Amino acid sequence: MKVYLDNAATTRLDPRVFAKMKPYLTTKYSNASSIHSPGQEAYLDLVKAKKIVAKYLNGEPDNVIFTSGATESNNFIIKGVARANRTEKKNKIIVSSIEHPCVRESANELAREGFKVEFIPANSDGLITPEVLRKLIDSETILVSVMTVNNEIGTIQDIAALAKIAHNHGAYFHTDAVQAVPYLILDVKKMGLDFLSLSAHKFYGPKGVGVAYINRAIKIKPLIAGGGQEDGYRSGTYNVPGIMGLAYALELAYQEQKTYLKKVKSLRDYFWTKVKKEIPGIKLNGSLTNRVPANLNIMFGSIEGEAILIDLSQQGIYVSTGSACSATNLKASYVLRAIGLDKHYLNSNIRFSLGRFNTQAEIDYTIKCLKTTVKRLRNFSPIR
Amino acid sequence: MALNYTKKTIDNFLKPKNIGSIKKPDGYAQIGNMVCGDQLDFFLKVEKGKIKDVKFLSFGCASNIATASILTEKVKGLTIAKAKEYNWQKIVDELGGLPHQKIHCSVMAVQGLKKAIADYEERENKVKPQLKKVKKKITKKKS
Repeated sequence: MKVYLDNAATTRLDPRVFAKMKPYLTTKYSNASSIHSPGQEAYLDLVKAKKIVAKYLNGEPDNVIFTSGATESNNFIIKGVARANRTEKKNKIIVSSIEHPCVRESANELAREGFKVEFIPANSDGLITPEVLRKLIDSETILVSVMTVNNEIGTIQDIAALAKIAHNHGAYFHTDAVQAVPYLILDVKKMGLDFLSLSAHKFYGPKGVGVAYINRAIKIKPLIAGGGQEDGYRSGTYNVPGIMGLAYALELAYQEQKTYLKKVKSLRDYFWTKVKKEIPGIKLNGSLTNRVPANLNIMFGSIEGEAILIDLSQQGIYVSTGSACSATNLKASYVLRAIGLDKHYLNSNIRFSLGRFNTQAEIDYTIKCLKTTVKRLRNFSPIR
Repeated sequence: MALNYTKKTIDNFLKPKNIGSIKKPDGYAQIGNMVCGDQLDFFLKVEKGKIKDVKFLSFGCASNIATASILTEKVKGLTIAKAKEYNWQKIVDELGGLPHQKIHCSVMAVQGLKKAIADYEERENKVKPQLKKVKKKITKKKS
């Protein structure tokens, strides 16, 4: 049996989305910037895609900028807004301490350019509280960026409350909402968002395409110069097959949201209840209540995450870990460090992220294998 | 991150040799990697200058376990002098290569073994000039 429980890393392309994309690769392949008729047809389809995305974000189609994915969107928004709005009095950006590396590294790049950068600490549940943001924000702040849902522990932030604080201090607000579809309704108006990032492959769409939702009234410096596509906000030939796939995947995600959420939540709850009973000494990382229903990040204690991962992988179960041994830089997950995990616990975690295609039989098989794996590794651990 | 373990590494991880501990070891050492947080404990039993038995415990990744497994297997039966010569490169060769970022696991395993040997030698040096009776006493005390 093969069990894919790494849906927060990426999801399988929905066959219906693939079918939607195909003609744009084979027959309707024209460049959407070409002014001959098939080119213009492609452009019109792209405009339709923008309308679909805008509809699900409750925003304006013109504010939808297609990118190569959330890494580009986050780089574009954070660096672009900071650089374009820098003045003598405004020279600061604030990002949370549990952001994806593409946000953190964009912030670090700005720090090297002389910007003041603050990282908002998270509490032990993995939450960014309004109180902490209030302490850090001032009239110097250009932009605040806090992710909607954390990729490692799945915690959900109170984005509307945080955005309000930013606006009260004259700062703009961005959220990386990559892990939020379709778990939360993303309403840029209700949430008070100026900027938002999405990536299609996190919701059963294709890889290599994402959205930077921007507020055109706010100055932003483009990241990529070139042919002036996307009104100059983002040059580069329109990835029409990817864009059509993204829009359709987003549409399906919200049309089928109710059944999807019900399924994933019941599987996740079944998993956690059973695994807790069958494997002693485990703990959940992050809040269970303020968390997307697809995520379980479990701390096993006394055994190392990469070893658990490789052992499960040999049995056909695919998961991920934030342990130091799994990282190129040999550093344990900064998210788990940020929520204050002890040294030995930092390297002893596995993220299980469920998705549309998982079944109860797969969960049963996973727990069965996990029991054997944990028992085997604990058997020769020097840590008691 | 590219992480392609060889079949031999995976085999040694899935079925590690010489796991466990030795009661009243002649040499013992614990070694940890400050950076990645891994830990290895080595236990030695030495007879007539040869490693009669060696066991290990691990809090570590697949390659940490595999390198300790292959190392203990290779040094078992060797004289202390020969065991000291066993280096990390031999472990890597024996496993058919290790991913670049996992080389340090083999280095740590070798360091751990050397530390256990050093512990054995230290105990020996303390014991040697003494009478047998005293030796018994010391061993008792330590355990």
